[in-house]
Amino acid sequence: MNDNVFMAGYGGQGILLIGNLLACAAILENKNATYFPAYGPEKRGGAASCTVIVSGVEIGSPVMGRPDSMLLFNQLAMDKYFERIASGGLCIYNSCLIEDVPQLRTDIRKIAIPANALAVELGNARLVNMVMLGAYATQTGIVAMDTLKAGLDAILPERNKGFIPGNIMALDCGAEYVRKAGVIKD
Amino acid sequence: MSHKAQTVFQRPSSLKEVPTHFCAGCHHGTVHRLVAEAIDLLDVQQQTIGIGSVGCSVLLYDYFDIDVVEAPHGRAPAVGTGVKRVHPDSVVFTYQGDGDLAAIGTAEIIHAANRGELLTVIFLNNTTYGMTGGQMAPTTLPGQVTTTSPYGRDVLKEGHPLRMAELLGMLGGTAFSARVAVDTPKRVMEAGRTILKAFEMQVKKQGFAFVEVLGACPTNWGMSAIEANARVGKELMDFFPLGVYKDITTQG
Amino acid sequence: MKNRLFVKGNEAVAMGAIEAGCRYYFGYPITPQNDIPEYMSREMPKLGGTFVQAESEVAAINMVLGAGAAGGRAMTSSSGPGISLKAEGMSFMAGSEIPAVIVNIQRPGPGLGGIDVSQADYFQAVKGAGHGGYHLIVLAPHSVQELYDLTMLAFDLADRYRIPAMVLGDAMLGQMKEALVPHAHQLPKDLPPKDWAITGKRGRVRGNVVKSLYLADGELEAHNWHLHAKYAQLKERETRFEAVGLDDAELILTAFGGAARIVKTAIAMARKEGLKVGLIRPITVFPFPTDIYRTATVKTPKVLCVELNNGQMVEDVRLSVDPKADVRFYGRPGGTGSLPDPEEIFAQIRKHYKD
Repeated sequence: MNDNVFMAGYGGQGILLIGNLLACAAILENKNATYFPAYGPEKRGGAASCTVIVSGVEIGSPVMGRPDSMLLFNQLAMDKYFERIASGGLCIYNSCLIEDVPQLRTDIRKIAIPANALAVELGNARLVNMVMLGAYATQTGIVAMDTLKAGLDAILPERNKGFIPGNIMALDCGAEYVRKAGVIKD
Repeated sequence: MSHKAQTVFQRPSSLKEVPTHFCAGCHHGTVHRLVAEAIDLLDVQQQTIGIGSVGCSVLLYDYFDIDVVEAPHGRAPAVGTGVKRVHPDSVVFTYQGDGDLAAIGTAEIIHAANRGELLTVIFLNNTTYGMTGGQMAPTTLPGQVTTTSPYGRDVLKEGHPLRMAELLGMLGGTAFSARVAVDTPKRVMEAGRTILKAFEMQVKKQGFAFVEVLGACPTNWGMSAIEANARVGKELMDFFPLGVYKDITTQG
Repeated sequence: MKNRLFVKGNEAVAMGAIEAGCRYYFGYPITPQNDIPEYMSREMPKLGGTFVQAESEVAAINMVLGAGAAGGRAMTSSSGPGISLKAEGMSFMAGSEIPAVIVNIQRPGPGLGGIDVSQADYFQAVKGAGHGGYHLIVLAPHSVQELYDLTMLAFDLADRYRIPAMVLGDAMLGQMKEALVPHAHQLPKDLPPKDWAITGKRGRVRGNVVKSLYLADGELEAHNWHLHAKYAQLKERETRFEAVGLDDAELILTAFGGAARIVKTAIAMARKEGLKVGLIRPITVFPFPTDIYRTATVKTPKVLCVELNNGQMVEDVRLSVDPKADVRFYGRPGGTGSLPDPEEIFAQIRKHYKD
């Protein structure tokens, strides 16, 4: 399957890491993929976002004005980007940090994931990103969960490889959550 | 008893047999010869590469019988860095004037020295921009009249002359830094020994070696060759003392 | 399936350079190309190569000048403000006919400008950047794979023609990641020997001199005609472009580099709706692929040039097309929030397609 997904939140929420991981996994599955980060002069804090495009054919633009999917991590990202989701698209959002979801768009599937709470349950608040990615991958089937797990080894620098088991748990946790909760239809 | 003719003095083989374009009384010719003698004495003409600079010494390649690359104004130490990295077994020297080395090329010389590049740098300090017509140089002495300091260099407005041998001597990467003059036969001999040492240190891979040579520019100083020569020994040497400012082969 | 790596554009440049035999890299940090010097600082020592972080862009290009004159495959990389500083060295290298590769991962300007995506330096690149009237070979990749492949090609062309070559990327291409198929570089067997390089005479009768100063009567004019002939030869032999869908096109889009990526998606959107839109994408922007514009516009006179600047390549397009052609322009100069998306370009296609 093809998709283009935009991810946004705070710097430090690991958004660029899961963008990388998703695109890497798609390439491991012999698909075409692009990963394009938005970046600013600051190294920490501020806003972070990226676009990942997965396709069976040659990819043109690595950015889309109206992405088919979004992963939104905080209220700021929801307020700023939600309206841009393409009709018939998918929005997976972190309900722990997003209370206010625009109700007017009924042409979008919305899935609320209490990602912060789930990550804390897993024992590491920093696993929010992997919970969200596990949910997205399972909901869309864009890449296999096993490929994502294999991708962790390719993406993470040597010094962070110790975190792989925790990340795998978080990917599974997000996957499990959407399987149970299913799509929320407004 | 027959006396066979013996050659006691001749053109160094590293110099071409051509007349130079230098003005009467200019010391570039002398310094060119000293550099060529050092190359001959070390027998490295075949692996020597000269880095030409911008100024009166720009025609280096017309006089030296070696490979030469021409550098933009002030950039010879950077160009030399690139050349030496490609041919580490070669002997690379830059030959620069005071505008080139101490004004527009200040960053390049300081950082090449501080990186400890295996280069030999010959710096001719004649306190003026010779080729462009006698403008104020970073080494122009206080009160000295030039075409761009017509009232004499005012240190309050135009700053102080830079003492490059001392400055480079302070850097961790410099292996050798000295100042010599070529205004008397004795000092020419001494300058020749110093230049030889600066080349020898490169051959022995001992580090960055810098020789500042005080020289005359009679044309732009508005003096006769003899007057200009005398100025080197008095005014220039008063402000720019001769000596060795760093030598890792003798100091700890 | 071939070995596909997931690689950032900037790193693809460095990988391509190393594969092409570049062993001398001199640079200075500037966003958005820092991955290149970082990669080189990590990899060059393992290969016995040279990495020097220079004291300035000026020093870096002059180190490249020295290494290139000495016969080495040398490279530097930077972005707009740094390329301005390198202009002096590039002029000397063009005049002295020193081969080397200069990479510009463009950012918006003028001045400090910004650090986002832009193609603000087209003029600077194709006009040579420095003084004296000269050209560089300028290659304009539009993918991570091309950043890799064209960097390799840049070294070969530079050596073949004794000319500095530029790889003109941008912050989008440099920062994005996608698949890269690495492959061994095949050094062309017919590259001329570097018998002009300064190595030390080493037994040669005459010393080699690499220089750009010509003072004798008529000497400099002859040298400039020689350089001019080389540019004409480049135009004849080394022009490269991609042309898609020109057969039935009623509107030709043209774009280079990162802009062409966005344009390709916009064209796909248009084709899906039955709009007959073609594409000309210059891969060499110097030499510029003049002929394809002229022949294509005889049949399809309407051209829309899209750039991430206020209109630069469009001047070369206008000089190239059939006299009756109708060349239009759409551009965004870059800066935070100024990257056009494919939908925006598609809207322009609709507009220009109709009238």
